[in-house]
Formats: sequence, structure tokens, C-alpha cells
Amino acid sequence: MPMLNMRFVLPDHVVDLNRVAELTGIRRAGETIEIGAMTRQRDLEFSQDIADACPLMSEALTHVGHRQTRNRGTIGGSLCHLDPAAELVCVAAALDAVVEVIGPNGRREIPFAEFPAGYMSPAIDYTEIVSRLTFPVWPRETGHAFVEFSRRHGDFAIVSAAAMLLLDGAGRITRAVLALGGVAATPLRMRDVEAALIGQVASIELIGKVAEMCRDVEAVGDVYVPASYRQHLACVMSRRALETALSRAGKSAAAAH
Amino acid sequence: MSGRIVGQSVERLEDRALLRGEARFVDDISFPGTWHVAFVRSAHAHALILGVDKTAALEIPGVHAVLTMADLEPHLSDRLLRVALPSPAYRQELHRPVLADTEVVHVGEPIAAVIADSRYIAEDAAALVVVDYDPLPAISDCRDAMAPGAPRAHKNAPHNIAAEFDMGYGDCDAAFAKAAHVFRESYWQHRGVAQSMECRGVIAALEPMSDVLTMWSSTQTPHAGKRVLCGLLGRDEDKLRVITPDVGGGFGPKLVFYPEEAVVALAAQLFGHPIKWIEDRREHFVSTTQERDQHWDMEIAVDAQGRVLGLRGALLHDHGAYTARGVNVAYGSAAAITLPYVIPAYFLDIKLVVTNKVSVTPIRGAGQPQAVFVMERLLDRAARELKIDRAEIRRRNLVSGAQIPYKTPLKTRGGMQVVLDSGDYPACQAAALERAGWEAFHTRKAAALAKGRHIGLGVANYVEGTGRGPFEPVSVRVAENGRIHVASGAAAMGQSTKTMLAQVVAEQLGCDMSNITVVAGDTGAIELGMGGFNSRQAVMAGSSAHAAALKVRQKALHVASHMLQVGEQALEIEGNVVRLKGGDGPQVELAEVAKAVAGLPGYYIPGNVEPGLQATEHVIINDMTYANGTCVVEVKVDADTGLVTVSRVVFAHDCGRVLHPKIVEGQIIGGIAHGLGNALFEWMGFDENAQPVSTTLAEYLLMSSTEMPPPIEILHLESPSPLNELGIKGVGESGVIPMTAAVASAVEDALSPFGVSITKVPLSPPDLIALIHGASQEKRS
Amino acid sequence: MESVAETRTIDLKVNGKAYSRPVPVRMMLSDFLRHELKLTGTHVGCEHGVCGACTILFDGRSARSCLMLAVQANGHEITTVEGLASGAEMHPLQTALSEHHGLQCGFCTPGMLTTLVELLNDNPSPTAEDVRIAISGNLCRCTGYEGIVAATLEAAGRMRASAGERS
Repeated sequence: MPMLNMRFVLPDHVVDLNRVAELTGIRRAGETIEIGAMTRQRDLEFSQDIADACPLMSEALTHVGHRQTRNRGTIGGSLCHLDPAAELVCVAAALDAVVEVIGPNGRREIPFAEFPAGYMSPAIDYTEIVSRLTFPVWPRETGHAFVEFSRRHGDFAIVSAAAMLLLDGAGRITRAVLALGGVAATPLRMRDVEAALIGQVASIELIGKVAEMCRDVEAVGDVYVPASYRQHLACVMSRRALETALSRAGKSAAAAH
Repeated sequence: MSGRIVGQSVERLEDRALLRGEARFVDDISFPGTWHVAFVRSAHAHALILGVDKTAALEIPGVHAVLTMADLEPHLSDRLLRVALPSPAYRQELHRPVLADTEVVHVGEPIAAVIADSRYIAEDAAALVVVDYDPLPAISDCRDAMAPGAPRAHKNAPHNIAAEFDMGYGDCDAAFAKAAHVFRESYWQHRGVAQSMECRGVIAALEPMSDVLTMWSSTQTPHAGKRVLCGLLGRDEDKLRVITPDVGGGFGPKLVFYPEEAVVALAAQLFGHPIKWIEDRREHFVSTTQERDQHWDMEIAVDAQGRVLGLRGALLHDHGAYTARGVNVAYGSAAAITLPYVIPAYFLDIKLVVTNKVSVTPIRGAGQPQAVFVMERLLDRAARELKIDRAEIRRRNLVSGAQIPYKTPLKTRGGMQVVLDSGDYPACQAAALERAGWEAFHTRKAAALAKGRHIGLGVANYVEGTGRGPFEPVSVRVAENGRIHVASGAAAMGQSTKTMLAQVVAEQLGCDMSNITVVAGDTGAIELGMGGFNSRQAVMAGSSAHAAALKVRQKALHVASHMLQVGEQALEIEGNVVRLKGGDGPQVELAEVAKAVAGLPGYYIPGNVEPGLQATEHVIINDMTYANGTCVVEVKVDADTGLVTVSRVVFAHDCGRVLHPKIVEGQIIGGIAHGLGNALFEWMGFDENAQPVSTTLAEYLLMSSTEMPPPIEILHLESPSPLNELGIKGVGESGVIPMTAAVASAVEDALSPFGVSITKVPLSPPDLIALIHGASQEKRS
Repeated sequence: MESVAETRTIDLKVNGKAYSRPVPVRMMLSDFLRHELKLTGTHVGCEHGVCGACTILFDGRSARSCLMLAVQANGHEITTVEGLASGAEMHPLQTALSEHHGLQCGFCTPGMLTTLVELLNDNPSPTAEDVRIAISGNLCRCTGYEGIVAATLEAAGRMRASAGERS
């Protein structure tokens, strides 16, 4: 709507999907959680299912805009707008969400890694709509963290980091995820960092070391924030996200034993 | 010396309508048959206009006209808005055209006005107006404007200097020659936007029966606006009325007369339809005046004890593309820098430089925040170099209470001597320091540092010239139904002006606020007026209201004493009656008194007074009264990210007698929020071609609730001003003035382990990280 | 340009009153409320969804009326600032804002009020931090927010007390 108000976009038609009830809802299905594209950010924020199955998303939602916008904003809208600094976009990248799309040729599923075609451009046809998002559910003892740096509460992140860490009984990292939002034109999965973590015994020192791997990440600069600052923040936010995830993983694992 | 109403936090007259959605802001005013305007604005910072093609726009159904200068010119006495305040310092005339037709000199400059049935249609059509531009090189940075061979901001201008002058006194050369230490530094405070939550707007309508053209404009200066419009349109004074309706914040730029007002008023006259234009937020970024871009190259000379011997340097002031007000902002900066301190010798070379950006006129603070920033930064620098406590070096240099009234060698822009009339600056600083725990802070800082946290404390003093004269008229009239009507040339833009005037009047006339109606900012209600700016209205209009209310009171008592056959001295006014003191005895309603003095054909007026229970006063006060204060700010800085969190603000101030404590505190807190925004968030960016890069509120960051510190601790010192009966000094701008200085001082203190030196604001996180890294590299090398 | 002139008739309730009006399909909800229904208490400050002055309650939930089209309100219920008081009696938030000097120019006030009404419905006992977060999407240039936060805490207390009396 701001784009319409500012006449940045001049569409021939605007279709309101608010009345399509089938596009709304949160459903736990075994090891996945399915979210209708028109599910509001507010409903995700207050959903016990999301809090249980996808706490990373719950945490990210506290950074999304303000209550007036979360009351109206939808997860499908966030993902299609595909602002690289948007929190839900970063979460989708971190969790390898699957995007279901409906068009004249029926349904198809797109892994989130293939969803961004470029800056703020989803890889869907103009005849298609996003209908549903599917997120995998990680084990309960996973440590998660979503942290971001923005100038003010509710602003888009300059850099955000989403991290998930799963440890074995010996404190060795068995699964690791690190995604960065706001750094580049599309959300980044830091797969080399993830690889450097997996198989290692988790520690603050290890995290400090691997977070530095973000120093040379490809980053965009603009008139407000130089690329070098985003690279610097990529390290800082990665470290903070991984440290928090580790502290939570430790607690979960301890509680499990 | 509080009264029953004056000095009390009574309920504001304004609140009820505002809270219920019943207020009338300019866009809330509409008439049947109103046509709406959208402006075609320059896309270039500098270009020649080769032609304007309206054809496609005029084909849109619902479009009535596309007006350019060629259409307006036959109906105007002048192509230009000649509103500049007088000064011998101008080096060229830079008046704004009503609409640009040959050359545009900033992005957003209006070129054509599309008039249509609705704003939606007007904007459709505005997008189809084709302007043929021949782009020219643009000046974005005022420092570049001074470079040899720099392009001219106006194509045919001889140079890029709008005005130049110098200011100073004493023997600077001698002071610097004998100084134990001289420190040199360059400072920069960045440009900002006022961002009243209500943008500008204007609606004008011609009333055919009376031939009166009425313009409702969100202006801070309706009387000045009327004067300009009468001249431009050739209308008699009694055929034009300008009304300031409820205004959603002014903060300075709404005091300026704008091209849009001239176009809308003229269009209403031409078409006989009410015409409305409401500025949208993106227009606010490119067409409403801005302020604060100044570069200072300064030297300070001090003796071995840190006493200032001299201050000198040069000020480069970004004037923007046109002269929309005057040299006043730069003058205000130059005249403010020394004020709190005893500075024996001072010299400043001041140049106002033309750039291809929106014109610069006062925003809350009006040049003073920059001056305070520079002075306080210099003192921090001297303190650091001399290893003197930052508060102590200030204490050694502040004008002392015993020196007040302190006659400075400075003159105001009107040539009046600057005399610091009241206050005790060292006492004010001491109060703030004590509350903030200045002495013990170093132990807290060290403890925090041991845990890897960087906290800092900063201090800044200011002295603000308030109550700009010469007068602001107020009339007080008791109607025949007993209701008290107050009218003033003062304009209300959200700062509780109506409540303030009602308080002053009620104190003398029965102490019933609900019996008072105030009209502020209506040229139909009172003939003369200056309006709202320069923290002046409580001082100037308040003084006139007090004088007028006293006159009406005396008259009411006098007439009532005749009506009641009781001596005047025995009477009092309580509520809506004049009665025997204490209330046990004869009484007469104010309404009856008013009726009695309205006269009856063939009968005496009781008491033999002039008819009418009313008085109009224009109390003249030429000298400004000087308010002062000290701000202490505590911050924590995240040295990993550069994030600055303001954790505490202590603000000790002296605005003389306080008329309404909550309003005064509200002004201060609001000013502090504005100043914190200037220190940390607000950035009006332009690229090298002078294209604005921040044109939404998502890009230009205003303070939001979550960024404000915990409740601000305000300490009131009350030294009544001897210059007005009420003893008041202005307070509207106080909060903003010391904030950039105090925050910079605190951040520099927090980052002292890194040896960071702060010389510009706003302090963005990337800049701070660069400073931290740069400073630590410097340390290593 | 025909499509932009197209209208649809919408039926909606505003402040408890039913309306049926034809509206241009592209008209913003904020403009519809202000200029068609003459409910000018809802203010427009930025038209890009940042300032919060245009906040209304849409089916009881705070929403930015500058980010919605009027046609989207078909079949829905809206509360604007004009609907908060019961006759002459103001909402406790309105009274408290006045007492705590939580407004100066008053332009942001309608959006503040609607946002805070929702907050107190959701959370009758908010902390100062909760209030600050709730209004972080409502910009005010006058007050520095302090009076607004204090007023909200006070109003919440009064509303709890009167709810306690009723139950």
C-alpha cells in the first residue's frame, strides 16, 4: 500500500485476498508446520503452535513492525515483498521453508533457497499467488535465537541473524543453521559457518571464531550504511545469535537429561 | 508568586476537542464544491525549464486547470515572494518565485499547480504534466559551493554567497598571542526537517456577497501572511482574512510564507471555488524549509587554568536555494555561542552559502543548538587537554550570578544590546550536576568498564534569547452575556497558547477558565500581530494579556462600584460576578456590567467610563529576556555496534516565572526529544547532485517512544525576568538547544577508553564504529 | 483512466452506526472516513504507514487506515477516535491524557488513543515498557511520549478499579 500511495507502483488491478478463508490458518502436521499465506503476523505472534514448533519465528515476530501493521500484515505478504531486511524472510531462509504457489497450472512447491529471484523479487509468475508456507519443526532441545540490529524498535533490520543449534549429549553440534538478513540483496545462509560448527564441541570460543568468518560476506552499502558496517555487524549479530542459541540449547539439553 | 490560575497546571482549553476528534485542523475544513490542488515539482536540483506541456493533463476528466507562472503573472503584483528580513549582509537577492518558470534550483520547487475535483485526479494529472528540463550542475555541499570554479547554484548569480558578515568584540589577536593554550577544531551539525506531525496545508475561499477572500493556513504567522497576500493580490486589508486553524505542530517552518499559499489564494479568487492544498509527507521533505547544516572552523584560547581568553573562527552556513526568511539563523548562531560564558575576545566570520537544496529558515532552536554544540565541544576539548574536569572548566567560565545583569558587547539583529537580564548560571549547573551524580560517576564508569560496558556522562549549558519583541497585541472583552473573549495576534500551533492567554486573563477576571474563549491567529479578530516563533508568545502576548486584563478588571470594578454604590477597594471579581470581598453582600454579574457600559441612548454610562468592557494592549518590550539551563545526559554505548542508548537526562533550567508547570515541562521534554533526534537519528540526506535521499519517515528517523530515556528529571530555577510584568522568559526551544552538545559529550566520555573525538552530529552507529576502529588503529600505529 | 473512476458500494459500521456508500475503488480508508463520512478525527500524517496518526480499530484491532482501501472495509466494523467517548463522558484514556499533558498539538492523539484502547483491551495491566512498545509505531513530535505513557498507566489503573467495582 505505501508503494501505491506514493505512486511507485501503478497496477491495473488490485486483488484483495483477505476474504479467501482457505489461505489462512496454522496447522501442525507431524514434523512440519503449515501456515496459510494470508495468516496475519499477529496471529503467528500469539500462536501457541508457533511458539512450540517454531520459537525462532515467535522471537523474530517481536521485531516485525508495530502492532498496527502486525494486525494486518501477513506472512505471505512479507515473503512476497521479499525485503532482504524483513524478519520473516530471514526466518524462512534459516528454516528452509517450502513455499507453495498456486496458479493456472495448479500447485507447485518452491524451496525457499530458490524463492528469491533477486532483490525484492520472488521467483513466481504474475499469474501465481503464494498459498502456503511449510516450515520444518526442529527437536525441542534445539537452541534458537533471532537477533537484529535496527536503529529504532520496529524498524527494518540493518542486519539480522537467525541461528539454530542442536547438540548431542556430549555437547557436540549435530545441526547448525545461521542466516543473515539485511546484509545483501537477498537473505543469506552462511553455509560455510554452519559447516564449521557441525561436529565441533560447542563453546563461546568456537562461536567467536566462526562468527569472524562473516567478516568478508558480500554486503550491500547505501547512503545510510556502508557495506563495511554491514560486514562488521554480520560478525557481531552472528556471534550474538549463536551465543544465545547455544545458551538455550544447553538449557534444553540439560532439562532433557 | 503563583496565583490561583497562573502558576497552576490547570486543564488546557485545547484538550477536549483534540481528544474527542472534534478539533479543526486545516484539512478538516471543507466546503461544497472545493477543488483540490496537486503541485508539479522539480525533479532536478538545478535545471533550466525549457517548457511545460499541459496537454495530456488537461484531458483528464475532472481537471479544471493547470496553472503556471504565465497564468498567474497577470494577476500578481510581483513574481517574487519578497519576505526577507532586512540586513546589510546580503550579497545577492534570492527571493522565491511564486512558481518557477525559467530555472529550478532545488528538488521539489513548485512549477505548476493542477486543479481538479479531487486530490486523486489532480495527482493523476500532475504526473502527466511534461516539464522539459535542461539539467545544470548542482551544489549539494555548502563547502563545495565556495571552491574556486564551483558551479553557481543559480545560473546567473555572480557567486554562491547569499550573505556575509562578521561578529565580534575585544582584541582576539592579543588574546590568542598571550594564551597558554590554543585548540583548533572543525565541527558540523547536519540539516534536519521539522516534521510536524501535521504537514502544511491551505484552503482559500472567496465569499461573493462580501468579496472577502479567506485563507485558512497552517501558518505560525497569519498577520504576516495577510500582509504578503494583500500586496501580491492587490486586495484591500478588509477584503482579505487569514486564519490559523488548529495546527498540528509548527516547530519553525510554518512561520514562513510559502508559494503554495499564494497560488491557492489566487486560484480561489480566479475560479470562485474554494481551493485546497494539503502537503503530503513526501512534499514536506522537499518543500518545507529545513535547518541546521553548519560547518564551523574554530579556535579557542585559554589560560593555564582553562579560563577562556578568546574565541575565533569561521562559520559556513548552508542557506539553501532561496532567502525565505533572512540571515537570522546564522546570526542567531553567531550571537548565541558565547552567551553563558565570560569570553573577553570573540571574532566570527560568517558566510551564508547558496546550495541547491530546500531553503533554510528556523527550526526549533534556530541556530542556537549548533552554537551550543560548538562552544561545549570546545570546552570539552580544552578540559581534556588541560586535564580539568569538564564541569569545572565550565564553572570557571560561566557568567556568575553576581555579574547579572550582564551587559555583553553583542547586539541583537535589530541592534539592541544583548543584556543577560536574570538567572544564576553556576547555580543552575551545580543543581544539574548534583542531581546527576556527576562527582561519583567516575566510579560507576570504571565499574561498568570492568564488565565491558561503556557508559558516559555529558554536560552542556545554554543561554537562549527569548521573547522577541517588539510586541504582540491582545484584546480582552467581556461580552454582554458575561463571557470573556480574548483575541491575540499570537498563533497557536500546539504549544498551549490559548490556555496560557486564558490563564493570564482569568487570574484578573474571576478565575473561571471555562468562561473564557480565546481566538489566536485570526486576522479578522485583531488587526496587528506577529505570530509564533522565537519562544516569544508567553512573554509578549502574555504581557499584553496581563495588561489588557488588568485594564478590564479596573474598569469592571469601577463601573460595578457605581452600580452597587460600594467603594471599588471593597470589591472583587469572582467567577462571573463582581461582589463585595468575601461574598457577603451586594453583587452584580459581569454580564450586567458589560451591558451597562454598552450604553443606552440618552443615558449616562455608569462611572463615566469609555464604552465597552474591553481593552486592547500592545505591550512593547524591545529587549529580549534570556533563559538558561544545564543539561546532563548519561548514555551507554554498545562498542560492538555503535548503538547509543540514552539512559538518563537531567535538565535544570530557568525560564523565570512558570505560568503552567505541566506546559513548561511538556515544552522541555518535547524539545529534548527533538534534540535527541538531532543528536542520534535525524538525517536529511542529499546525494552529490543534491537529490534528497531521505523522503519518507521510514528513512528519516524521528524519535519514537522506545528510544526515549526514562522520565526526564527537570529542575526548575525561577529567576523572574525584570523585563516584563509577569517575570517570564520563553521556554519553547530550551529543551532542544543543549541536546546535541550534551549527547556528544556523554558519548565521547563513554568511548574515552578508545580516545574517540566527536566533532559532528548526528552520531550514527556506522560513524561511531568507524571512529572506534579509527581511534584504536591510531593508538596502535 | 476509467478503472480509477469505478465505484463499489460498501456497507460498514463506523462507531456503531451503519453506512452504505459508493466509493471509488482506489480511495484510501482514511480518506473515506475523513472526507466522505466527515469523521475528521482520524488524521493523515504520512500516507506511508509509519507515523500512526491514522490508526483506527478495524474489527477491534488497531490498523493504519492509510494502508487500507475503503472497499476493504465492506462488511467490517470500525471505531475511530470519535467513537471512544460515551456522549459527554470521555474514555478514561482521554481524561488521563489531558491530566498528564499527554498531548500538545493533538495531531497524533487519535492514533495514540485507538492504539492504546486496543492495548488495554489486550493487557489491562501493562508496564511502562509495554506501553512504550505499543505506541512505538505512533510518532509524536511534541510530547516526548512521557505524558502519554504516564496517562496510560493511570487510565489502566482506573479501568481496573472500575471493572473490579462492577464485578
